[in-house]
Amino acid sequence: MSGGTRLENANPLIFQRSGERLLTATDEDEDVADPIDDREIFDLIRSINDPEHPLSLEELNVVEQMRVNVNDRESMVSVEFTPTIPHCSMATLIGLSIKVKLLRSLPDRFKIDVHITPGTHASEDAVNKQLADKERVAAALENSQLLEVVNQCLSTRTM
Amino acid sequence: MAADNSVLLGLVEEFVSGQVDSKAAETSTGVKNGQFTILQLVEALGVSLSSSQPQTRGRGVQLLSQVLQECYSSLSEREVEVLLAFYENRLKDHYVIIPHVLQGLKALTKCSVLPPGSAVSVLKSIFQDIHVQSLMLAERSCVYNILISLMESKEEELKGLGADFIFGFVQSVDGERDPRNLLLAFQVARNIIQRGYDLGKFVEELFEVMSCYFPIDFSPPPSDPRGITQEELVLSLRAVLTGTSQFAEFLLPLIIEKLDSDIQSAKVDSLQTLAACGLTYSHKELAEFLPGLWSSIRREVSQTASERVESAGLSALSALVSCLSRSVLNSDSEDVLQVFLSLVLKDCQHHLCEPDLKLVWPSAKLLQAAAGASYRASLIVSAAIIPALLEQYNNRTQCAHRRTLLEVLQGFVQPTALSRPADGEDSVLVAFQQSLCGVVFSALTESSAGLQVTATRVLSALGQQPGLMAQTDVEKAVDHLSRLILEEDDPKLSSAVVECSGSLAHLHPKAFISRLIPRLKEEILSGQSDAAVRQRCVTALASVSSLASVVQESTPVLLQVLASAHTGSCGFSVEEVAAVCISLQKIAEHARDSEEIGRFFHDIIIPHLLGLCLQAALQTRDAGHSSPLTDEAVLSAIVPVMSTACAALRSESASRMAAQAVSLFLDGDVSFLPENAFPSKIQLLQSRAESGGLSQLVCLLMACVCSLPRSVEIPEIDRLLLQLEDLSCTCTHLFSFTSAAKCFAGLVNKRPAGEALDAVLERVMKRISVELENTSSGQRTQAFTLLLWLFALLSDPTLGSQAADGFGVLMSDCLDVLNRGCHADVRIMYRQRFFAENSTKLVQGFNSAEQEKKSCYLKALSHIVSNLPRQVQLTELPALLPLLLEALSCADQAVQLSTLSCLQPVLLEPPEALRNQLEALFSRLLALTTSPAMKVRIASLQCVHALSRLPEHTVLPFRARVLKALAVPLDDKKRLVRKEAVAARAEWFLLGSPGGR
Repeated sequence: MSGGTRLENANPLIFQRSGERLLTATDEDEDVADPIDDREIFDLIRSINDPEHPLSLEELNVVEQMRVNVNDRESMVSVEFTPTIPHCSMATLIGLSIKVKLLRSLPDRFKIDVHITPGTHASEDAVNKQLADKERVAAALENSQLLEVVNQCLSTRTM
Repeated sequence: MAADNSVLLGLVEEFVSGQVDSKAAETSTGVKNGQFTILQLVEALGVSLSSSQPQTRGRGVQLLSQVLQECYSSLSEREVEVLLAFYENRLKDHYVIIPHVLQGLKALTKCSVLPPGSAVSVLKSIFQDIHVQSLMLAERSCVYNILISLMESKEEELKGLGADFIFGFVQSVDGERDPRNLLLAFQVARNIIQRGYDLGKFVEELFEVMSCYFPIDFSPPPSDPRGITQEELVLSLRAVLTGTSQFAEFLLPLIIEKLDSDIQSAKVDSLQTLAACGLTYSHKELAEFLPGLWSSIRREVSQTASERVESAGLSALSALVSCLSRSVLNSDSEDVLQVFLSLVLKDCQHHLCEPDLKLVWPSAKLLQAAAGASYRASLIVSAAIIPALLEQYNNRTQCAHRRTLLEVLQGFVQPTALSRPADGEDSVLVAFQQSLCGVVFSALTESSAGLQVTATRVLSALGQQPGLMAQTDVEKAVDHLSRLILEEDDPKLSSAVVECSGSLAHLHPKAFISRLIPRLKEEILSGQSDAAVRQRCVTALASVSSLASVVQESTPVLLQVLASAHTGSCGFSVEEVAAVCISLQKIAEHARDSEEIGRFFHDIIIPHLLGLCLQAALQTRDAGHSSPLTDEAVLSAIVPVMSTACAALRSESASRMAAQAVSLFLDGDVSFLPENAFPSKIQLLQSRAESGGLSQLVCLLMACVCSLPRSVEIPEIDRLLLQLEDLSCTCTHLFSFTSAAKCFAGLVNKRPAGEALDAVLERVMKRISVELENTSSGQRTQAFTLLLWLFALLSDPTLGSQAADGFGVLMSDCLDVLNRGCHADVRIMYRQRFFAENSTKLVQGFNSAEQEKKSCYLKALSHIVSNLPRQVQLTELPALLPLLLEALSCADQAVQLSTLSCLQPVLLEPPEALRNQLEALFSRLLALTTSPAMKVRIASLQCVHALSRLPEHTVLPFRARVLKALAVPLDDKKRLVRKEAVAARAEWFLLGSPGGR
């Protein structure tokens, strides 16, 4: 915490990580089709790194399984995320990371909606609007500095 | 002689003025052979050594030094003395000569016949005449090597130099930068400290010159040929710094300062150095710095996110406490340990009592580290902490809080190696015995599974220490455990309960025999409880049975289960019966450690099992009613029970076992079986007509005889082999003839090599080649011959594929007969030899085969390769790569899968040959990601994932193609496939992208 810029939220509450999904017999069965469910989407995004802490979004409780909604048949995914503090300037970046992770990991038939949990951020509407705008997301990913930060959030952590 | 002289003069002349470097080697060979002496060489060098040109003098000295390096061991003391005097004098000479002078001195100091006083004079002249740090790298290393060899041979003389030596060393090291030389310098310093050189008034100077490197930050240059690692440097510097307590007053402030650093490795290094100090320091050195050290350690442990820093901090604290515990108390001074621990307690204790329990873990870990350092420390800490924790536990009502507190408590209950009470001392927890047991029992009755799991762990920890559980407590605990086994169905909890029962039963068998086993028996045999409860009871029975007295009570229960399954009274399913057998096998594994258990199995269990199976088989034949004990799955589960037990038998009972089994199977001798109600003449190895029935019992014969030690003589082995051979060739029941063949192979394997064995093998080979019935009869010794024969089959279109699978059998470890556990004779590296002998033939066969038969060869090859040890795979694969790529496009899914599984580890460290094949590899792998078989899809995606780790420039051209192809499996219907696809695609997105890699 000494030197460098000060963190906005220097001492966040840390939550426990949930375990790996348990394998069931139907997972091994060739003939059963497994639909994409909430837990599967949550598993995709829970390990995303926070841009300023060495912790995952799950450990900071930014994403929770109950705030993930997926409808496989209608190809819809909706994810709500909760910034750690209402004035968090990283909210857009976190949202962008979640969006990019889902874009890379889901079949392109899905419509992906990422937004802030209502009432948890000061400039909620502005951030939601940016995240919903396809053109702005694509433009953001053309910016190599922004892409670098997003990639760092998405790279698997080596301890 | 004159001729030699002229030869020598010629050599010298050519080296010095002709600049021919190779002449030095010739000269030293001459000296070594005795062709010339050193004296002659010096005489021949005379002119050049006294030349006025520094270059010529340098050349002369260089020749002399190079010769000395080769032949220093043959010098006499007198010669060494003269040469040393010469070299010492040359140190004052022109700078171009110095490097060669130092090389010569280095060679001379390695001599075993150094004259007395020479070490001192050499060192004095080096320290006086040379400024070490202005020399080049190689010359500096020479100086350190001279110091090291003199310290080895002339320790007494150097100690006589006193502080001058230290001063000289400090001066010559000051400013050294090269890691290679630093390692040498650290070695000299360590010698100085550990061998008791007098540091005099240069303690601080020596410390300064060494500590300026602390903490070491060194990253070796890429492709470093010298292989020096940061680890090496860190460890050798640490040995210097912590080697003496004289450094304490300088080192401890330095550590406190470095702990404030932002670099994680510096923190870890500082903490580890502090822990190392704990071993050499005494409380006197530490006393002054304790508050500072404590506050730094506390800060690091409670604030860090890194486990390395945390564990380093905890071990530093525990090293400090154990150092303080070793201190001898003076009557007038206060107890330093008490003082320090009260500081620790004051800072940590209140965190355990705060309502939100936020900092409870860091504080608890600190306290546990302190308590674990010594018996005395654990007394002091437990006396303060345990009452507080118990009170907290009783005041809280939320399960989550109670669980946290109980987990903390568990850490204090479990003693470490250092804090274990010595003989005659009571456990530190004796005072709290009552209330601890109370808390554990109340936690066991809670509704939260997590809390109960923790409680079982505390219970095992308590049970393991003598004096912490009274007889009544043990009984109460056993009652709780049996209730949990019967009632709780949470898988985590029941495995914790089973584990806890196992560890307690080892120490308190009586309570388990009298209370747990009868209750479980009643439950299992009542016939009313459901399968899951019965399964838990059976598992629990297996886990408590580690002592002979318990085994004698528990195994009859399991046998009774089998018996009632046979009669069909309680409605046990085949799966349950097989599970009972697995439990029996677990118990049988204890026979290895206890002869009594082995004897019990030999006397009671095995005869009973044989009897039951025989009864079942006879009944099925006569009445048509099918008992679960005739099921192949059950029989295959009984086999490991018997073979595990038999493998542990000692010689005498082993030969009795062999005799009994053989006479049962050959002659129908049933006298040793219980409930003697069998027909007198049963022909167990003859029944060839009906399918299965009696003949499948041959697997039990295999279990008994094949796992016995090799030294046991098997009676009538020739007749037995003949019958087995018959059975395996004529029987039409698959399970029977494979068991017979395995049994045959097991027996052949145990026979000593010789004519008898050869005769048997020859006969079998003849027969097999005539009948072509059963491809897996012989497994090891005849492997090679059998293989040639299998090989001939590969070109036969109908049998080809079966023969290829035969390769798979040969190469994989066979679970039930031929493994080391059953005393089989497994030749080392037989897989490698097999591979070497056969792979070329397979490749040739592949190349010459017709199109439709090629797949058989590929199948055989992939079977062989995937069973090879990894190291061999890595070296052999480049040659086989084209074939394996071919195998990937083969239609057989088994071939695809085994090829993929041997490719994947290779892709992590790709051989050079792979680079040229990437195009072919990618197109085949990507095609397989949509294969109909799920396992093939998963394996190919894993390979694609592994390929992303190849050097960027080689795989970047494929990025777009891979990303496009991987979009398809993202929508796979199986979740496991999607998971691999997501992982692989994420890595490929990062490849070549900013912020990626």
